[in-house]
Amino acid sequence: MPALLGLLLLLAVSPAPASAGDFLTLAATTSTRDSGLLDHLLPRFQSRTGIEVRVIAVGSGRALELGRRGDVDVILAHDRTAEDRFLAAGHAGLRRDVMWNDFVLIGPASDPARVRDRPGIVEALRAIAEAERPFLSRGDASGTHAAELRCWAAAGIPVAASARGWYRETGSGQGATLHVASQLDSYLLADRATWRSFRSPGTLRILLEGDPLLHNPYGALLVSSARHPRAKEALGRQLVDWLVSPEGQAAIGAFPSTDDPLFHPNVRPSAPQTPSGDDPA
Amino acid sequence: MSDLVDAFATAFRLIVDLDPDLVEIVALSLRVSGAALVLAALLGLPFGAAVGLLRFRGRRALIVLMNAAMGLPPVFVGLVAYMLLSRSGPLGLLELLYTPTAMILAQTALVTPIVAALTRQAVEDLADELDEQLRSLGAGFAQRAGTLLYEGRFTLATTLLAGFGRAIAEVGAVIIVGGNIAHLTRVMTTAIVLETNRGDLPLALGLGIVLVSLAVLVNACAQGVQEVARRVES
Repeated sequence: MPALLGLLLLLAVSPAPASAGDFLTLAATTSTRDSGLLDHLLPRFQSRTGIEVRVIAVGSGRALELGRRGDVDVILAHDRTAEDRFLAAGHAGLRRDVMWNDFVLIGPASDPARVRDRPGIVEALRAIAEAERPFLSRGDASGTHAAELRCWAAAGIPVAASARGWYRETGSGQGATLHVASQLDSYLLADRATWRSFRSPGTLRILLEGDPLLHNPYGALLVSSARHPRAKEALGRQLVDWLVSPEGQAAIGAFPSTDDPLFHPNVRPSAPQTPSGDDPA
Repeated sequence: MSDLVDAFATAFRLIVDLDPDLVEIVALSLRVSGAALVLAALLGLPFGAAVGLLRFRGRRALIVLMNAAMGLPPVFVGLVAYMLLSRSGPLGLLELLYTPTAMILAQTALVTPIVAALTRQAVEDLADELDEQLRSLGAGFAQRAGTLLYEGRFTLATTLLAGFGRAIAEVGAVIIVGGNIAHLTRVMTTAIVLETNRGDLPLALGLGIVLVSLAVLVNACAQGVQEVARRVES
């Protein structure tokens, strides 16, 4: 009897869905939410299509796992290797390049391993390993974690295999890891968007940037309704299409300003770029 | 130090301005945790009273389990609820994942053991004093349980407050089954996690101060109601 009463009560208190209209669920990498990009893009998409987008912001690994279970309709990730595996396994029928930015090597302004003078990320990581200065890894299967491991592999240093004193995994998001790094004066790799919107950097600074290995492309994956019958593929397709449309790409390139965007649109306008803001027909 | 000052200033500003996002988040926190508490009370009070009064095989083991379940890790409960409600889980058809209802269910699972275990203890203690008398008056099981729950109402009110405190303060379960979606499943604790990750510590702390103030307010109200009730009775 109490259980029955409880069930009735549950039905009474459960709020109706927030909107009667169409909605889809997007698993997006934390950098796109924490930087404010999605708050900038999604209202534009909603006013264009009437589709509400509900955002679950998690690392790329977890985002793809949510997709693997069919719990989200579209995924915005930045781990190309894992994205390709996801496609190959048939969980998504479509992947589009959406935008890119880059990773930066961050560390204490005092820079005890002198990574500022190094020509590239490989040399910088070797310097940190040689000096055995603290380095913090996300350790959370996020896109940034995957990129960091690729850089260590390129440097030929087997960090994951040997848990050394100077290499630590936080197992946390970018923001949490930045907090730890600023308290422990550690080095770490971070995506530029999260770094620039992070409000408590302390003595941390960008020490190295611009290496081609630090390129950070973001892709949108459309979860396949053939594989996951309840996935909203038709709605999701509208979001993916909009993200790579001229309107979506222009909105990405205008955040927070066209002069200095946090994310660079992937689809270049076909007209040649002119120095002053042109308006291709 | 200045961070803490900033935090109190932020909290004060959020409250004074009645920031609409904050109001929405607070309202959802209260609704989710309040509904979870009501459900937990409906399940836990009768169950706890029954275990307190009845004697049956395996009762001691059940009591150990009930007491242990008071310490269920929220993140574990959230994960189990997620696996059940996931579109590829057994209850996926209900499409409840990432809704306030899912959050209510997860918090109910967290709070019910607290209510049941503490009710069991309260009823058992009262039964030592009163049950023989009740039996001699020929009271049936439901009457005995009802009377003992009524006699223990002030202890049980504290029990319910403890349950509410657990629900409104936890983040592990709601962030997994709710997803911390803006304007849909974002509550106080998940908003604090978000602002911490964004590095906006004054705002995160400010939200925390609002949450603590809210808890104090709820408990003060409960205390007031109890005192009025005692006065009316005497």
